[in-house]
Amino acid sequence: MAHSQLGPDSPEPSPRPLGEEAVPASPAAVTSPDASTEAALAELIQRVQSGDHQAFAQLYSLHKRRIYSLCLRMVGNVAEAEDLTQETFLQLHRKISTFRGDSSFSTWLHRLAINAVLMQLRKRGLSLISMDEAMEPDPDSGASRSFGERDLTLTGSIDRLALERAVHDLPAGYRLIFILHDVEGYEHPEIAAMLDCSVGNCKSQLHKARLRLRDALRSVPQQEARR
Amino acid sequence: MTQDAQIMACEQFQARLPELIGSGENLASHPHLLGCPLCRALLADLETIAEAARQLFPVAEPPDDLWLQIESALQKEEAAPEGDPGSGA
Repeated sequence: MAHSQLGPDSPEPSPRPLGEEAVPASPAAVTSPDASTEAALAELIQRVQSGDHQAFAQLYSLHKRRIYSLCLRMVGNVAEAEDLTQETFLQLHRKISTFRGDSSFSTWLHRLAINAVLMQLRKRGLSLISMDEAMEPDPDSGASRSFGERDLTLTGSIDRLALERAVHDLPAGYRLIFILHDVEGYEHPEIAAMLDCSVGNCKSQLHKARLRLRDALRSVPQQEARR
Repeated sequence: MTQDAQIMACEQFQARLPELIGSGENLASHPHLLGCPLCRALLADLETIAEAARQLFPVAEPPDDLWLQIESALQKEEAAPEGDPGSGA
């Protein structure tokens, strides 16, 4: 059961198809690139690195939805998500000359986006602000474990709005890992590379995030019953 | 099994759960789960949450004019003196 639902992770990073967003390019002059292979993406990156503006537009078109969606899920605000997407791609433009292909491009780009998101959260004054802090195991922040509780299990279906609210209320570090793994489908080794943490830490933080969500969702019917 | 022993067994199992889940091992036949309805329920809930998460937050499309804003910001950066990346906003 857990095998199929919770999703096993392969021991090694499995780069997602490079043409991960085969969507029509929004810049009008851009033709839809065949970037379904690593070679095609590598060539595109090389063109960007040599200053090809059209190639950068193609790169944007390929990755804009995933980056925008990640930002939107993390901050829950359209205007902020747009700003963060813009900042991520500006950072990409500034730094792409340093990309050597040691990690997958998608992982590297997500790392830029995550940095932008965490900086934004810092501006908001949230306590979990840096990558290190976000990933620091906090002994007091874990959800309660399930010892001796018999009547509070979920019923097998979850109200979508309640879950979205619960995800939004997670501490930033937990929210980030939950979104990357359970929503976006990245595997632990990829997330560990994005967040510069160990795979074990990543698994532990994801588990705590799910436990927190479980606690939050189980409390929903009780809160509603009290109204 | 006494209640204390049962709780201890649950503690030990749940402490290992992140690693067990992450390993991809099929936990349905795990000895502890076979005899523990509490931990079975916990695992079922975690499965439900993970499954529901996939339906959450459909992939969103940024507005078309975002690219124009990025282009404009890039042009400003390229026109700025070396070492001044501009506001980036």
